[in-house]
Formats: sequence, structure tokens, C-alpha cells
Amino acid sequence: MNFWTDPIEVSRQWLVGLFTGWGLAADLANILAILLGIILLVVFAMVLDVFLVWIERKVVARFQDRLGPNRIGPFGIFQPFADVIKLIIKEDITPATADKFVFNLAPILSLASVVILWAVLPLASTVYGVDLNVAVLYLVAAGALGTLSIIMAGWASDNKYALVGAYRMVAAMISFEIPMVVALLIPTILAGTLSMKGISQAQNDVWFFVVSPLGAILFLVAAIAELGRSPFDLNEGESEIVAGFHIEYTGMKFGLFYAGELLHAFTFGAFLGVLFFGGWNGPLPFGDKYALIGIFNVIAKGMFFYWVIMWVKYTVPRIRIDHMLAFNWKFLTPAAFALLMVTAVLHRLLLGAETWVYVVFMLAMNLVFGWTVVEILRALARKQRESAEGKPWPAAAQN
Amino acid sequence: MTPQQIIFLLTAFVAVFSAVNVVSTRNMVHAALWLIATLFGAAVLFALLEASFIAVVQVVVYIGAIAIMFIFAVMLTRRDIREGGPQHNPGWWSAAVISVLVFASLVVVLSNWSGFNTVSAPPVPEDSLVLLGKALVSPDAFVLPFEVASVLLLSALVGAVYVAIGNKK
Amino acid sequence: MENAWLYIGLFLIVGLIVPAAAIVMSLLLAPRKPNTIKQSTYECGMETVGDSLVQFKAQYYVFALVYLIFGVETVFLFPWALALNQMELFVVVEGIIFILILLAGLVYTWRKGMLEWA
Repeated sequence: MNFWTDPIEVSRQWLVGLFTGWGLAADLANILAILLGIILLVVFAMVLDVFLVWIERKVVARFQDRLGPNRIGPFGIFQPFADVIKLIIKEDITPATADKFVFNLAPILSLASVVILWAVLPLASTVYGVDLNVAVLYLVAAGALGTLSIIMAGWASDNKYALVGAYRMVAAMISFEIPMVVALLIPTILAGTLSMKGISQAQNDVWFFVVSPLGAILFLVAAIAELGRSPFDLNEGESEIVAGFHIEYTGMKFGLFYAGELLHAFTFGAFLGVLFFGGWNGPLPFGDKYALIGIFNVIAKGMFFYWVIMWVKYTVPRIRIDHMLAFNWKFLTPAAFALLMVTAVLHRLLLGAETWVYVVFMLAMNLVFGWTVVEILRALARKQRESAEGKPWPAAAQN
Repeated sequence: MTPQQIIFLLTAFVAVFSAVNVVSTRNMVHAALWLIATLFGAAVLFALLEASFIAVVQVVVYIGAIAIMFIFAVMLTRRDIREGGPQHNPGWWSAAVISVLVFASLVVVLSNWSGFNTVSAPPVPEDSLVLLGKALVSPDAFVLPFEVASVLLLSALVGAVYVAIGNKK
Repeated sequence: MENAWLYIGLFLIVGLIVPAAAIVMSLLLAPRKPNTIKQSTYECGMETVGDSLVQFKAQYYVFALVYLIFGVETVFLFPWALALNQMELFVVVEGIIFILILLAGLVYTWRKGMLEWA
């Protein structure tokens, strides 16, 4: 193996050689090299996070037909650094009746629950933190820690708006975790493994998006709700509950929540790319052989889906909480389970078939399923409209 | 002392300390948070034994669903959760005696176990997850408990709906 | 790397230290001038009215309960999904029966009106 195909292993061995040359024991040298690798990955995620703030502000400005930050540095690229400096030197006001330990722990836990996701994200076929054999469930577990940090923040603030915001946010997040987990079951069935690296490798020939586009859309919708981004961002309902669970947070603690939300959005975009859009087998060829090409593919997909998430956010108005929960429990969950059942049956039936037969049949099934769902919704809407107005819609008389 | 032993002792200490704090703290939401620390300690112990699936399921189900339900239940049922009742009930000395007896009998029973001399976990097969899956669905393994589990979950849901409706009307 | 979880544990520790370091930096660099008005609870600039712990809406608890049931169900479905490729066809039917029983529970909850927000 050389550096271009397997940079992590080559660097680790070089570092271990360096450390044992300095006289350290082999075990300790190994741990130290791994620790350096972890710090490098976390620093990469944090620097990317800072870059994401700039992207967010520029893109929202373009969607709103204005320029965005353009004063500090060329194209305003140093704006997030100015933001970070401002947040650090702002006074840290803690409410007198807040629960100090929980109040301070919540933003730390919120950002930590996003950073630990980077341990299982495969950036290339040989560049990843660790090939965990339950990586898909690990994704859900990190989400559970994030939910916990929101309840902690809302309760510790001792503020009724924070509490109401936290309750609503947590109710929405846990409700949308069910369709998300079902959407995660679909690549598990298609690839036969729970490890992210295995799922990426199974997409060497054909991406799972082609085989199951509805699964990708389901994951995207559920992920947008999980992230608390618009149109599901009742957390930031400025006109309703001021700023939700992070009303009482000032300075860097608020900065950690904000940065955590953006990094979470990017990380979920990257995972969508890995789970459904081929991972490192991206637009550029030879992604599975050369590490740099693989990393570029994954990060590019992450950026693209981050842009898609922002596109949805700045186009669609906010959805009310009861509509959101009704949408989840009455439409998305039964539809997700129905899609799962149909996908499992068809995948098992077509197990030994040729690749193109498999792809054509699965794609056809997805289209038929989607069309059926849309027809059911149309029939329900027509019935509701007729019962409300008392007369049939003109077009219904023809078909 | 291998590193695994050190990690195990630390985790065990954290789990036991959190468990003691669950029952001795005055603030009920703090008790729920200490419970989360205990459950997380249990998940770390599972991970030390290389039972990856059970460790992650512990975090997802226990911390992500059951602990959140505990916190919601605490907030639902207490008018003012900052007040505390009396810290101990009069029967605390009998509880202490029973705990010491149970601990002593556990020590006596386990002192003959040979596993105390091995310091590393038994080897876990590479495809343990697929083996678990096959065991859950094959007719001569655990398929019947698998289906009965779904009926059990259904009965839990129906029971919860029944209780909640009683409170609604 | 004998145990993948050792890596995850180190990652969690580093992941907790990085935001804590940011907060410590803020502690060192930021001014600290507390007074009662700044530290009182925020209510859009007015004096607070009533206790800060509002009555908890019971519907949140019902949603958490339904989520718990379905969460446990989906966790059971993961081993089934892994075994699909390597077992006979009726294994799919077993999973479908599992899902259908719980979907019946969801329909029951829906019909009893437990999924309404009001």
C-alpha cells in the first residue's frame, strides 16, 4: 500500500515508528497515534463547521436576492471568524435561578453528539475513524444524545418559553425518528450489513438511490425534521416562542448550539450521500482506490445535500406543530413501514437476479408505490373537499 | 492492571455512584439525569464486552426513549418539581439489611465461578449480528418469541391508550 | 484496533473536550458584570408573570409512549433485516407479520384519537 491509496495506515505506521524511536512502548505509541488521528478529524470537522457558517449566510442571502457578507476578506470569507471572536468575548449571562451544571452541560453535549458521528463516517474506502459493525444504529444513538441535550437545555433555563420550546422540539424529534429508522433499514436490507463502509462498498455498481429513490426521499424528509431545520423548526419560531430552548443562552454557549445545528445538517447530508448516493463511489471515478478522490466525493455530496436542506429551509414556510405530528404519525410512519415491507419482499424475491433486472424491478416498484400513495392522498383530499363543499369537483365528473 | 480492567473499574464506579444518586438526590429531574448516567455506564460495559448491538440498542431504547419518558412523566405529575418530600421513609434500615444480604449471597455464589481468572472478554464471532438475525427468525430458534414480542408491544400500546383515554374523559 | 469501541470512547472524550475548551476560552476572555436585571428570566423584555414551570401538556407523554413502542419495534427489525439475504423466503413473511401487528396498534391508537394534538 502506498500513501495515495491508504494514507491513514501509512501515517499511523510512520507515527508509531517515530514514537518508538523516541523510546515509548509500542502500546502507548499506538494509542498516541490514534489520539492524534482523532484530534485531526475533530479539528477538520470544526474548521468545516466554521466554513459552513459562511456558506449558510451567503446561500441564504442569494435565496433572498441580496449579497450576504462581503466586507471581511474576499467574498466575506473571514466573516465566521469575526463571528466566533464576537461570541467568545460576549458576556456570559446565566439566569439566577437556572440549574448551573445542567445549564452548562447542555451545549457541550449538543455539539459532542454531532462530533461523535464523524467517527463512523467513511470519507474514503480506507479513510474512516472506525469501521463499526453497528454504525447505522450508532447514528440513531447519537441522535438520542442530541434529544437529551435539548431537554436539558430547556429545563435548566428555568424559563417557560424555553421549556415549551424544548418540549415541542423533543416531541417533533422523537416522532420523526421512526420514519428515519425505517428509512435506515432500507439500505441495511439492500446491503446486508449495518456498517457504513459495507453499505458504501455495496454501491460499487449501482447507487441505492436508483434502486430505492423513495427511501432516499423518506430519509431526507425525516432527517430535516430530526435536525430541527425549517420547515420543521418550531424551535426557532421567533414569532411564537422567541428562540425556543436556547433563549437564555448567550455568547459561546449559543454559538455552540448554532454551530452544532449547522454541522449536524452537513453531517446528515454526508450520511445521506453515503447511505443512498454511493459514498465514495462518487461522480469522480476511482473513488474506491484513491483516498483523496473518495474524500472529495463524500465531502462534495455532503455539500450538495447541505445546499438541498438549505434550499428547502429558505423556500417553504414553517409547519405548525400539530400538522407536523399528524403528518408524521398518520402519513409518514405507515407509508414508511409499507415501503419497507414491499422493499423487503421484492429484494428477497430478486436475490439471485442479474443487476439490471434487479434495478429495473426495484425502480418500477418504487414508482408504482409512489404513484399509489399519491393517488390515495388525492382520493382522500377529494373526499374531504366534497364533504366540506357538498358538491363534486368538476374534474371528478370526467374520471 | 490491564487497561481494560482500569476502564471497567472506572465505569463500574460511575454507574454505581450514579445509581446511588438516583435515589438520594432531592430534585426529581436530577434523579432522571443520574439514571441516564447509570444507563450510559451499562452501555459502556456492554461495549467493553464487545456486544456492540446491545450497547447501541441500550443507548437508543433506554436513553433515547425510556429516559425521555421518565423526564416527561416527572414533569407531568409533579406540580412543583423543585420541592422534595421526606428524604427517607421509615423502613430504610430493612432495605439496607436486605441489600447487604443480597450482596453477600451474590459474592458467595460467584466466588466459585471460573470466569474471574480471565481478564479479557470471550471472542465474539465476526458476523455476530447476522447470527443474531438468523437466530431471531429461524423456525428452530427464536421466531416464536420474536412474534410474541410484537404482540407484547401491541398489548403495551393498547393498555397505554386505555389508561390515557380514561384520564381524558 | 482490537476494540472499535475504544476508538469511539476516545472520540467521545475529545468531542466533549472541544466545546468545553470553547466555553473555557469564553470564561477567560468575556467580561463578567452580573446584576439582578440581567440575570432575571427573559420574557420578551417584561416582568415575568406566573411560575416558570407551566402545566405540562399530557399529549407529549402519549407521543413519547407511542415512540417508545415503535422504537423498540424498529430495533427488533434490524436483526431481521440482516438475516433476510441468507435465509429462506418465509423469513420475509415473519417480519411482515411483526410489522403488521404493530401497524394494527398504530391504527387502533389513531382511531381512539390518541394522536390528536388537542
